[in-house]
Amino acid sequence: MLGKLKNANLDLLLPEPLLPPDLESYPEFHSKYINSKNTNALINLSHGTTTLAFRTSQGIIVAVDSRATSGTYIASQTVHKVLRINSHILGTMAGGAADCSYWERYLSILCIKYELENKKKITACIASKLLANIIYSYKGMGLSMGTMIIGGDGKTLDIYYVDNEGTWIKGDLFSVGSGSTFAYGVLDSEYRFDMPIEESIELGRRAIFNACFRDAASGGGVSIYNVQTSGWAYLGRFDTSDLYWNNYKK
Amino acid sequence: MECLIGIRGKDFVLMAGDSVAGRSVVAMKKDHDKMYQLSNRLLMAACGEGGDTVQFAEYIAKNIQLYRMRNGYDLSTKAAASFTRRNLADYLRSSTPYFVNLLIGGYDDSDGADLYYMDYLGSMVKLPFGVHGYGSFFVLSVMDRYYKEDMTRDEALVLLQRCIDEIHERFIINLNSFKVKIVDKEGIHVMKDLRPTTKPPEETPGTQSMDIV
Repeated sequence: MLGKLKNANLDLLLPEPLLPPDLESYPEFHSKYINSKNTNALINLSHGTTTLAFRTSQGIIVAVDSRATSGTYIASQTVHKVLRINSHILGTMAGGAADCSYWERYLSILCIKYELENKKKITACIASKLLANIIYSYKGMGLSMGTMIIGGDGKTLDIYYVDNEGTWIKGDLFSVGSGSTFAYGVLDSEYRFDMPIEESIELGRRAIFNACFRDAASGGGVSIYNVQTSGWAYLGRFDTSDLYWNNYKK
Repeated sequence: MECLIGIRGKDFVLMAGDSVAGRSVVAMKKDHDKMYQLSNRLLMAACGEGGDTVQFAEYIAKNIQLYRMRNGYDLSTKAAASFTRRNLADYLRSSTPYFVNLLIGGYDDSDGADLYYMDYLGSMVKLPFGVHGYGSFFVLSVMDRYYKEDMTRDEALVLLQRCIDEIHERFIINLNSFKVKIVDKEGIHVMKDLRPTTKPPEETPGTQSMDIV
């Protein structure tokens, strides 16, 4: 470690993470274990984004960032990562933008079809399962999606996580994307089921902000939605730089 | 990183699975139930690749329900396990193999309680106790030491608690909650979640140091 430090440009020196003993360097670790074609790859940091949703006694808060990257290039800072499936159900986008937006749009068609055939509103459970089954049939073919289906039929309120491997799980708190670990840090520290609504909005905003701060692939702005049994409501978009300079700079 | 445990007792099968649903390095859900009800007295615990477990388990469960609807009676544990194994084996060399490891526990009036252990390659064996996952490296010896035939429910729960404690003690992945169910003559009973009882090691001054003195 000291040998490497001798000739290093200290301006660019960043702390390196600890490596397993049999690996020489971070680039080797990266190519072997992160995002590699190697099927034993343990860490797959795809889905360059941060999205989160959590449920409290007062409803569901959904918060997402708005950056799209292709490699190291920032393609857009104003992407809409919350997709409106119907008046009661939202879907979030993480992973391939095309995959998510296409299949969630297809899902809204299926939801309309369900309502016409069954004469009742579709629940998030059924909607997410429809999506999960479609995705499962494409398993192994290169779809990249980590999405949450949030909402209900007017009586229920659920969050379901669906991803390109075919995972389908229900929960009260999820964060998806490359910045999800950073968002989890903030969320897990302050989340309680019986939070008042203002506190939960601030928590969602703060968690995405912190993820954008640390994750290169997340940023742009924080968009927040609130979902109640009566439907979803868009609460606004907060630019990340404004949040930093005006609100959160320490 | 998942762990499934099955213990056959006198007239029941005790099944437990860890309740962590993880993706990559993140624990996404910590109260996940990995056991699927196939029929009134048949329970299947499945672990393996994310989408495959749910899809395969639901496929088997629905087919077993279909048999019941068509014929008016439930499949025996042995028949259901064989059916499941046949499906795993048939799909193994197709373009869509199911990467799932299973434990099937059930109760028949003719054979009593049975536990079948199956893996993703389509092998199946009837066992008195079975464990899937890395947890098996730690737990099988505990089972060998303390298991006896015709255990009562309480004895089996004590044995299961020992296994969970050992996993917590030595396995590097934190599995701190297990969903537990019992299958017997009356059906499937959901028990309370089990957690490890061992406390984390206390700081003892001086003894851990590895300085060269």
